[in-house]
Formats: sequence, structure tokens, C-alpha cells
Amino acid sequence: MRLGLAFLLVVVLAGISLWVGVSGISLARLAGGDPRDWLILWESRVPRMLALVLSGAAMAIAGLLMQIVIRNRFVEPSTTGTVEAAGLGLLVMTLMAPGAPVIVKMAVGAVFALGGTGLFLMVLRRVPLRDQMMVPLIGIILTGVLHAVTTFIAYRADLMQTVLAWTQGDLSGVLRGRYELLWLGAAMAVIAWIAADRFTLAGLGKDMATSLGLAHGRVLALALVIVSGVTAVVVVTVGTIPFLGLIVPNLVSLAMGDNMRRAVPWVAVSGAGLVLVCDILGRILRAPYEIPVGTILGVIGSFTFLILILRRRRDVA
Amino acid sequence: MSPERRATLALALLAAGVALAMLAFMTLGVKGSWAFVLQFRGMKLLGLILVAHAVAVSTVLFQTVTANRILTPSIMGFDALFVLSSTLLVAVLGSTALASVDARALFAAKLALMTCCSMALYRWLFLGEEQSLHRLLLTGVVFGIFLRTLAEFVQRLLDPNEFMVLSDMLFASFTGINPVLMVFGWALVGAVTLWLGMNLARLDVIGLGRPVAVNLGIRWRRDVLAVLGIVSVLVSVSTALVGPVTFFGLLAASLARLAVGTSRHAVLLPAASLTAMLLLISGQTILERLFAFNTALGIVIEFFGGVVFLLLLLKGGRK
Repeated sequence: MRLGLAFLLVVVLAGISLWVGVSGISLARLAGGDPRDWLILWESRVPRMLALVLSGAAMAIAGLLMQIVIRNRFVEPSTTGTVEAAGLGLLVMTLMAPGAPVIVKMAVGAVFALGGTGLFLMVLRRVPLRDQMMVPLIGIILTGVLHAVTTFIAYRADLMQTVLAWTQGDLSGVLRGRYELLWLGAAMAVIAWIAADRFTLAGLGKDMATSLGLAHGRVLALALVIVSGVTAVVVVTVGTIPFLGLIVPNLVSLAMGDNMRRAVPWVAVSGAGLVLVCDILGRILRAPYEIPVGTILGVIGSFTFLILILRRRRDVA
Repeated sequence: MSPERRATLALALLAAGVALAMLAFMTLGVKGSWAFVLQFRGMKLLGLILVAHAVAVSTVLFQTVTANRILTPSIMGFDALFVLSSTLLVAVLGSTALASVDARALFAAKLALMTCCSMALYRWLFLGEEQSLHRLLLTGVVFGIFLRTLAEFVQRLLDPNEFMVLSDMLFASFTGINPVLMVFGWALVGAVTLWLGMNLARLDVIGLGRPVAVNLGIRWRRDVLAVLGIVSVLVSVSTALVGPVTFFGLLAASLARLAVGTSRHAVLLPAASLTAMLLLISGQTILERLFAFNTALGIVIEFFGGVVFLLLLLKGGRK
């Protein structure tokens, strides 16, 4: 019931999103069959709205999935090197095979993302003492190291502007024919939902999960493939949406606890809603210019992250 | 080998290395007029020395008062503060207006701003309740990200020309150091270094940690704040001159500790300073002479510094 209301709210936000923009469109003219208004609606507004909803929901779920299998509240693709590695993959493709179709670039990005996540897990495995705060710290520093590699290559090849396009989530370039890959990301998020119980079990740790009859390694691998795939798809189509996967699951779990199967629809709906709100804000704050959704979420997200860390301090003290 | 002899040997070797690096920096690949080249490169060399000294000393001092070997001022978000203030300056004044302002006045304003902000930040983080090192680190790092995204937010509103000006200001560039600012910087850093030289024993006692230090007659709050103030000035000078370099101080301080094997400031401070100079001058020479491009030293340092940071974290976790 409450979920239904939240869903309705997202539908309303999506509706508003269709009507915000530089070129005005009106219901009356649409009803009259005005070709210009229909063109804007179908070619730009609807794809953009869908891209927002799909990427928001998918990234939020990817974050939740990561938190469950790594067993840490403060990880998500952009704090574990996953996003940065995907960007590195895209940069490598731009240098080596600039003419390759987007789907190939995305696939390479996903492989790199998987590699980046694997590197993070390898580093983590060498830390026997798992402090809650230590895990995201390692991830962020690793992200910095990967970023140095990307910057180094981009700076030499004069591709800094291109890299900026991936590091900042921006939907102003989304048109029909340029966002459809996101459906693939959404499909992967649905798989995560279907397999939610397995991931919850895998999150209990290797010994516990195995004794409950779960192929722990395989489930973990599936989770990481989903996270990397979703990340690569989102980075290649709209760019980085930082901290979304971190703050949304945390806020949801504050409200309703830690059952993944129950949390997934809430996380998806809230993720989509938050991205919609940020994008609408970005379009009206400085109209007719746009502030990218990734930038707005970066400010909101890192601030919320800070609050979450400091809140913990008070809890413990 | 006794510890004293090892320290002396390490210092002597480092000094010899720095002298060699300076020689290479000044004389390799000279074409045309020696008088011009020596003057041109000498200016750059003075800048490198100043920055290396400021970063290394501030890192060691910061590690002394916070009683750990991982934290550095720049990891705690100081470089981000610099990025944000520079961005705001460009956004508010515009690049043309900035070009007409006297460089020294701009420098003084930036220095005052950054010192104030960093003092407030340090007070909040270190003189409040005790907290775990990892939480402190994470707080600093995320705070840095917050400031940086805020800066990006403002940057998005700039037009491409101003963005160019800004990115020139922000990329750690060891070649484009403004000579006017250098006199300023040398005077400040010189005075601070003199003060430190007279208080080496006090620093050693502070390094023993709060309970012991207080027992030995240190007025903790006052002295720690004084040291943090010095750190702020040093970091302000280096960031204002060359832009943010997050992990350079950590790299230099860690290598220096490894080399001399002591925490006595009379040895550690000069060792860290010399190590930083060696890294910076030889790195710059190699990039300029061997690879024929010279703006990317900051990026290379970030890479290795980040790796060292991870190694230190892992080592700390294993204890």
C-alpha cells in the first residue's frame, strides 16, 4: 500500500519531468496533433524520462546488492573502483577502437568494471581486521589510484573533456536511440530482485552460506557481474551517478530494516524518484542551462554520506 | 650500525642525492645560452625546493600531533578546499578580472582563507572527542569529496575559457610557478622553519602522545594548535604555488621514516624534506628530459602515493 503511494509519486515526478525543458510543449497542441510537440516528446522527453528512471533504479539496486554481498553499509560502485574502472575501459576503447559500436564499448567497460571490483576484493581480502570504516576508505583510495591512471592516459591523449563526460552523469544528450542500452541494465536489476534471497544468504558469509546449501562462489560471481554490467551500462549512456547506490539503500534500511527481497522495490522506486528530482532541479535551477544530475547528486550524496558516518560516531559513543 | 650512525649516513646520502638531482636538473640538455638557461631553471628549482620542503615538513608535523603515520593534511580534504576556493574566485571575479588583480594580494587572500578554514576543520576533528583513526580518515576523505563536487557544481556554470584558466590553476603544475609569489613563500616558510628548529625537543615530546606529553609539562591544547597553525601556513604556501597534490607528503614522509628509522624531529624533518626534494627534482628532470612532457608529474605522484597509502592501510590492519 505504502509502496503503491511511493510508486504513484514517482509516476507524478516522471510526468513533471516530461514537461520541463527549454522548448515548451503543451497538452492542447499535442491533442491537436502538432508535429513539433510530438517530435520533442517522443525523441527527447520520453527517452530522457525513461533513462532517468531506469538508471536511477538500476544503480540503486546495484548499490544494495554490493552492500549485501560485501557486507558493508558504505560500499557502492563509485566507492569501490567499479565506476572508475568502467571509465578506464571506455577510455581504452576510445583510443584503440573509436569506431566500435556502443554495445562493444559497453561490454569492454563491463569487463574492466569487473576487473576493478575484483581488484578491490583482492585488496580487502588482505585486511583481516574488518573495520566498518576501513572498507569504503580502501575503496575510495583505490578509486583515486585508478583515477590517476585514467587522467594520465587522458592527459597525454588530450581526452580530458571526453573523460569528464563519463565522470559526470549528464542526461542532456539522451535522445531516442541513445538510451536503449539502459533496458539491459534494468533487466539485470530484475535478475538481482529474483535472486534476492540467494544474495541475502551469500551475505551471511561463506561458511554459513555453504552450510545452507548455497554455491557461495557462484552467487557472489553473479552479483559482481550484475553490478559491473549495470555500472558499465549507466556510465556509457548517462555517465557516473555518484553515491546514489550508497545513500538510497541506507535510507531505506533506516526506515524498514534489512530484508533484501522486501527492500528491492523500495530501493528501486526511491532511486528512480531521487534521480528524477535531481534532474528536474538541474533543469530549472539555471534554465535555460542545465546542471548535470551527477553533479547535484554528488553534492547531496557526499553530504548524506558524511552525515551517515558521523551518525555512527554518535551511536557508538 | 648504531642508530645515530645510520641516521647520519641516511641524511648524507639523501643530501648527496639531492645535490646530484639539482646538478642534473640544471645542466642536462642545455641548448643555446647558458646564462638564460641557468636563470630560467634556477627559478624553477627554487620553486621545487620550496614546495618539497613545505609539503614534507607539514606532513611530518601533522603526523606528530595526530599520532599516526597515515594521515596527512591533504588527505583530510585540504586540497579540495583549495580547489573550491580557486573555483569560487574564478566564478565570482571572472578570469579577466583575476588577471588584473595583483598576484601577491591574491596569494595573501587565498592564504588567509585557507589557513582559517583548515584551522577550523582541524579543531573540529582533533580537539573534540576521541575517535577511531579509520572513521577520522573516512570523514576527511568524504569531506574532501563533498568540497570537490561543490567545486564541480560551480565549474559547470563557467564558460570554456574560464574553465581553461581554472584547470591551469588546479592541475598541480611544477613548472608554472609564479616568481613574485616565491619571495613571499620563501620568507614565510623560512620563518616557520626557524621556529621549528628552535622547538625540536618540544615536538619530540608532543610525538609521545597526549598523556605522556602533558605529564612532561606540555600545554597540549596551546602547543598542538600552534603546530596545526604552522601546518596550515605550509600547506597553503605549497597548494597556492602548485595546486593540489594529495599523496605527495605521505610518499615523502613514509620513505623518510623508512630511510632514517627514527622519530626524532632533528633527524626526521630534514630527512623528509630532502626526500621530497629528491623525488620532486629527479622526477621533474626525468619527465622533462626523457619523456619531453612536463605537466604530468602530479599525476604520477598521485599514483605512487595512492599505492603507498593502501600499503600503509593494509599494514596497519594486520597489526
